[in-house]
Amino acid sequence: MKKSMRIVSLLLCTVMLLTLLGGCGKKKEDDRRATNEIVVGISQDLDESLDPHTLTSAGGRELLFNVFEGLVKPTPDGELECAVASSYTLSPDGLTYTFTLRDGITFHNGKAVTMDDVVYSIERCRDENLVAGLDQIVGLSHTDDTLTINLAKPNAEFLSCLTLAVIPQDYADQATAPVGTGPFRFVSRAAQQNIVLERFADYWGEGAKLDRVTYRIFENPDALVMALKSGAVDLYAHLPSNYANQLTEGFQILEGTMNLVQAVYLNNAVEPLNNVAVRQALCYALDREQIFSMTSDGRGAALGSSMYPAFRKYFRDDLTNYYTHDPAKAKALLAEAGYPDGFDLTITVPSNYTQHVETAQVVAEQFRAIGVNVTINPVEWATWLSDVYTNRNYEATVIGVDASTMTARAMLERFTSTAHNNFVNYSNAEYDAAFEEALAATNDDVQTRAYLDMERILTETAANVYIQDLADLVALRDGLSGYEFYPLYAMDMSKVAYTG
Amino acid sequence: MKKKNLFLTVGLFLTALMILLILVGYLWTPYSPMAMDATALGQRPSLVHLMGTDKFGRDIFSRVLKGAGATFFVAFGTVLIGTLVGTLVGALTGYFGGWVDEVLMRLNDALSAFPSFLLALVLISVLGPGRYHLMLALGIVFIPSYARIVRSEFARARSQNYVKSAQLMGASVPRILFVHILPNIWQVLLSAITIGFNNAVLSEAAMSYLNIGVSPDDASLGYMLSDSQTYLASAPWYAMCTGLMIVLLILGVGLIGEGLQRRQL
Repeated sequence: MKKSMRIVSLLLCTVMLLTLLGGCGKKKEDDRRATNEIVVGISQDLDESLDPHTLTSAGGRELLFNVFEGLVKPTPDGELECAVASSYTLSPDGLTYTFTLRDGITFHNGKAVTMDDVVYSIERCRDENLVAGLDQIVGLSHTDDTLTINLAKPNAEFLSCLTLAVIPQDYADQATAPVGTGPFRFVSRAAQQNIVLERFADYWGEGAKLDRVTYRIFENPDALVMALKSGAVDLYAHLPSNYANQLTEGFQILEGTMNLVQAVYLNNAVEPLNNVAVRQALCYALDREQIFSMTSDGRGAALGSSMYPAFRKYFRDDLTNYYTHDPAKAKALLAEAGYPDGFDLTITVPSNYTQHVETAQVVAEQFRAIGVNVTINPVEWATWLSDVYTNRNYEATVIGVDASTMTARAMLERFTSTAHNNFVNYSNAEYDAAFEEALAATNDDVQTRAYLDMERILTETAANVYIQDLADLVALRDGLSGYEFYPLYAMDMSKVAYTG
Repeated sequence: MKKKNLFLTVGLFLTALMILLILVGYLWTPYSPMAMDATALGQRPSLVHLMGTDKFGRDIFSRVLKGAGATFFVAFGTVLIGTLVGTLVGALTGYFGGWVDEVLMRLNDALSAFPSFLLALVLISVLGPGRYHLMLALGIVFIPSYARIVRSEFARARSQNYVKSAQLMGASVPRILFVHILPNIWQVLLSAITIGFNNAVLSEAAMSYLNIGVSPDDASLGYMLSDSQTYLASAPWYAMCTGLMIVLLILGVGLIGEGLQRRQL
């Protein structure tokens, strides 16, 4: 009996601990309203370095979206608006961009932004190959307030590349104390705990409405929901739907899309996934409708290739249902490939992303139905980044891949055989050729056609088992408003404000 | 037996019941514990699904049966590792004393200086997840307590007459340790084992509750408990059924331990 008390105490302790974590020493929501600040929950710590040019994680990008800007920056409509540049012109032949530097714009550290800083930022990204597409620049010349960029050939996508962050030239601490020109400036960071941003008073534009935003890291979604309920957190952007159902009082649930491609990414270099028929079999084994109904109350946009619907021009809806749910056909393909009894497959998932873990569980069951013996291996985010993404030491993983800029190239270049971020080890000569064609195109139609063709190749060769663009549920405390969805993986805090 | 030992009787009955359930779970469950059913998501308990279904439409009763088996298996292995190594270390140090005692017991102290849970966490992160790794990690954590108990018993037995006689008769050391002394301390060891078993069940549940060392696919009581937490308000039976299974598992063995101690008095 004493022992039976132990489990009760274990439960009680957990609940108390969670409540404690949710409420310890944090200001209550009314106090935050008085000081015009909010707390935002995030599900992972950021990259070790906060240098905007070398960020790899989508979670880092969506946060630093508030701190950094390029010459131009994306709008919620998917257009580009001037930021560090006050205006720009494009010559009639499409080869020369001329940017004018915004008057009086300063960095967060108080120094004025000069054209030298802009050129430094662009050259750094180009020379270290950090932003795809900058290699088209053949000439870069500047005066004190204008910048002229000459391109080898006209390219409709090029302007998107210039959303790259403008950072000061002679500043060494970008990795630990980032300095940019965005509406918020970086204040502090405690690893595994929080990141604090503050309103940048000298912002060139309208500026942020909130004075302070604290991002707190919750790797456990239950703890996060508890913190939302207890008033310790005001906003959380990527809420799984079964958790959203618990937040009925005091919150608005906004629905958008996450703008990423969730898929079972397959390591195309390992046995037996290097066999097209095996990968196609996995595609036929997938039942997306079941995933939607089991993990997200039916929400989600089905995808068939590495492109999501917000890219209107490049999205090919005809590929979505290229593979339909057909276990019999899947088994036949497996048998044809020499695996009539299936094979063992380990799916590695980052355990802090509930959506991916839940999707993996359903997918595992669907794969088992065709005889593939799936083991799910949940790992921490840091382990996932090093083992799966960097070292490519895995068989399959469920993750969402986003676009760093609003260009088709940002989504598709990673699958060319020599791309440094080709973590699925995809290698296809036809695909590489189509990419070369897209790069060489001087005409937007030709280029678009080449990109669409690349998507087709990815689908036909079953590079990965494409699932969906996840529905994005945002929990926002009542009394706050102004949250906007972007066609990119971004979380813009500058327009969020207290009402009334 | 003078008086009926109620603790022992009830404990044995409960444990037998649990073992029966676990055995049944190994051989047969109403549904496959992994099988998802899109037409039966998050159902309440009914005749079709005795304990309802979870968010993926999996039958909770089947998963509880399977999960209890998994938990029992890990707890059993943990106690086995802890007892075997602990007894060996305890026997050597207690019987010989001297430098063997100093070295081994200081190592023992070092091991128990870490908070046990933390140590298990570190071991799991080094070994990687998996049921056997969890067993090994918890087993190592359990060694010190057994070693300590066994050592004090052996140290006491060393100076007793029956051991002295055995020594004079020229019995070998292993024979003295395990044939002469061990049976005499069996009672003490047995109650230590029952307590240890309960701790092991709780540790396994706690570790998998924190999603350490188990795959989300596996039916494991701790993992199910953590999963059910999300639905505590909408589906309380999920948490209750899972929690009850852990309670019964521990209660049965706990009562046996209690009964054994009373019989000794």
